[in-house]
Amino acid sequence: MRKSVKILSAIAAAAFVSSAANAGTLDDVKAKGFVQCGVSQGLPGFSNPDANGNWTGIDVDLCRAVAAATLGDASKVKYSPLSAKERFTALQSGEVDVLSRNTTWTATRDTALGLNFAGVNYFDGQGFMVRKSLGVKNALELGGASVCTNLGTTTELNVADYFRANKLEYKLVAFEKADEVVAAYDAGRCDVYTTDRSGLAAQRFKLGKPDDHMVLPEVISKEPLGPVVRHGDDQWFDIVKWTLYAMLESEEMGINMGNVDKMKGSDNPGIKRILGVEGDVGKNLGLQPNWAYNIVKQVGNYGESYDRNVGPDTPLMLARGVNNLWNNGGLMYPMPAR
Amino acid sequence: MAQGVSNSNRPAKPPIWNDPVYRALFFQFLVLGGVIALGAYLISNTLDNLARQGIASGFGFLDTTAGFSILMSLIDYSEENTYGRAFFVGLFNTLLVAGIGIFFATIFGFLVGVARLSSNWLLAKMATVYIETLRNIPLLLQIFFWYFGVLRNLPAPRDSAMVMESFFLNNRGLYSPRPVFEDGFALISWAFVAAIVIIIFMAKWAHKRQEKTGQQFHTVYASIGIIIGLPSIAAVIAGFPMSWNYPELTGFNFTGGIVVIPELVSLALALSLYTATFIAEIVRSGIMAVSHGQTEASYALGIKPGVTLRKVVIPQALRVIIPPLTSQYLNLTKNSSLAAAIAYPDLVLVFGGIVLNQTGQAIEVLSITMAVYLTISLLISAFMNWYNNKMALVER
Ligand SMILES: N[C@@H](CCC(=O)N[C@@H](CS)C(=O)NCC(=O)O)C(=O)O
Repeated sequence: MRKSVKILSAIAAAAFVSSAANAGTLDDVKAKGFVQCGVSQGLPGFSNPDANGNWTGIDVDLCRAVAAATLGDASKVKYSPLSAKERFTALQSGEVDVLSRNTTWTATRDTALGLNFAGVNYFDGQGFMVRKSLGVKNALELGGASVCTNLGTTTELNVADYFRANKLEYKLVAFEKADEVVAAYDAGRCDVYTTDRSGLAAQRFKLGKPDDHMVLPEVISKEPLGPVVRHGDDQWFDIVKWTLYAMLESEEMGINMGNVDKMKGSDNPGIKRILGVEGDVGKNLGLQPNWAYNIVKQVGNYGESYDRNVGPDTPLMLARGVNNLWNNGGLMYPMPAR
Repeated sequence: MAQGVSNSNRPAKPPIWNDPVYRALFFQFLVLGGVIALGAYLISNTLDNLARQGIASGFGFLDTTAGFSILMSLIDYSEENTYGRAFFVGLFNTLLVAGIGIFFATIFGFLVGVARLSSNWLLAKMATVYIETLRNIPLLLQIFFWYFGVLRNLPAPRDSAMVMESFFLNNRGLYSPRPVFEDGFALISWAFVAAIVIIIFMAKWAHKRQEKTGQQFHTVYASIGIIIGLPSIAAVIAGFPMSWNYPELTGFNFTGGIVVIPELVSLALALSLYTATFIAEIVRSGIMAVSHGQTEASYALGIKPGVTLRKVVIPQALRVIIPPLTSQYLNLTKNSSLAAAIAYPDLVLVFGGIVLNQTGQAIEVLSITMAVYLTISLLISAFMNWYNNKMALVER
């Protein structure tokens, strides 16, 4: 019921508020003094609250970077934990300024849902987890299986495509909340738990005996995960997009949290431009010249955020792989900041 | 002259803008017009805003391919069907769980309500403890309790509990054989219909005879005989045109037969046990509202306690019970929307959840969903009002 009230108020907003309120997200954010960021309800490595309610993760770092760029202070973020089902309504209705919640970029979401994807901060793909005791070695042996997952995701559509394409029977058990998916899989309701592979790596630790489970080799889909904003506010769209690029660009140029102050004195014109010593990028975005300096100083570059949250030294142990920079064999390619 | 006097004595007709009748009409039209104008403004503003944000609108999405599978369906459904069909899958699942819930909540509520008034101390105390505990624990917690409690204690499919090689119980559900109807089964169906018609007439006849002569007729036993007997005879004549499809373990799970999924069982269980506590209290207060003199008068006439309860107390108590009972039925139906928490594919999960999320058309999806719940509520109320009138005091 509480949720329908939320959605109803969204509808009421659509009915009463004139659309002028859509534009000017930057002014809104400046006026209220914080960025309202939609995140998951707890996915370690991406967006997860600790015991004291402090949020961490690669998606959370994106929220913090937007706050650093717009308000000069990465801590000026308020988080709205959203289930997969609630997230788009929350963004459409203006309840959050930006959605940074392991959300896959698809054509429908980018068009009919009235949203814009500002880029990709993690290239992923969907995978399957099973009990080792099942003795299954690859996904084609899964005919007749019960499959647990989250509803309102690309996951439930991909799994339908995969099983249909391979003419395999299956039963889909779809829950609203991720914790219930894990609990039901753990209790034996399903043979298979499916979601983004990064999600499998993160949720695995919520299982009673993580070592009794394994991830099958197949990757059945493309899941480019990234931050999302509403249609109709190009300036805000640009800001979120270039916040992500700034994190990637600074990694490419070797600027990090530790050396950013020293780098300000660099002779390299590219470094001068991104750190706001030269050029108008900040002004053109409607921000201070030191917008990207604030991001790197307070949040770090993309590589630092990756290593801190999901990299090989974290419990998730995700190798950088396709998420490397383009000149390192990966897909991450910041557009030129000039 | 006299005529003229009487004429001028009658109060002159006031001008139209001072006539209370016209004035009332005028203001009512003004308000109505205002409401319509506001509604039109809201709708056009909403459409404007949706268009400006580039959000799709309209009901065309109902014909779009759904692309997702649904755990349980009472009608044929696959991923290739449309969102519109997915809507009906969800609707029927909602009606099913609400129907089962109402049925068991009513039976259980009546039993507990009567038990609480019992002169047996232990029985009355147990009823009290049951009511006070379950009524005060949030329903969602109870749903989780039953769901995960049931799941954790059931075996995996390969170790299913089994009865007579045809019923299997495991953490994927309860599997039982499914009847397969062959040619000639229509005869049995018709025999069944005929049996029901005969029973209705028999009951009417027995009632009339008892009113006239006081003689009683064992309608219940006769009915059971007819409802079993007629179709059986038809089955013999048609040569048993029916076979069974047995569930069978193939790979990970059982296939074939009928399956009752654990999500349905735990949701129906939680809903009926929870609502039964409220119904029990309603029943108790209804019975207490019947004056004790009625019971004593009945005993004085030598009527047995059981018959007194059934024929004297309960019919009078029902008049007090039915109106609040109706609102419990409505509550149960609305509470069934907690289904999404445990993956039972009801209307809110399938339509208000998956379809809303895939299409992003919150306004259309939610107005349809709300209209459905409103209709169900109105239908339940209408039925209960009809039943209440039937039960009302007949003055002779
Ligand atoms: N990337 C997919 C799936 C996203 C998703 O919701 N994943 C689940 C499972 S990893 C999740 O985020 N759960 C955490 C939560 O709901 O808090 C999508 O955008 O549809």
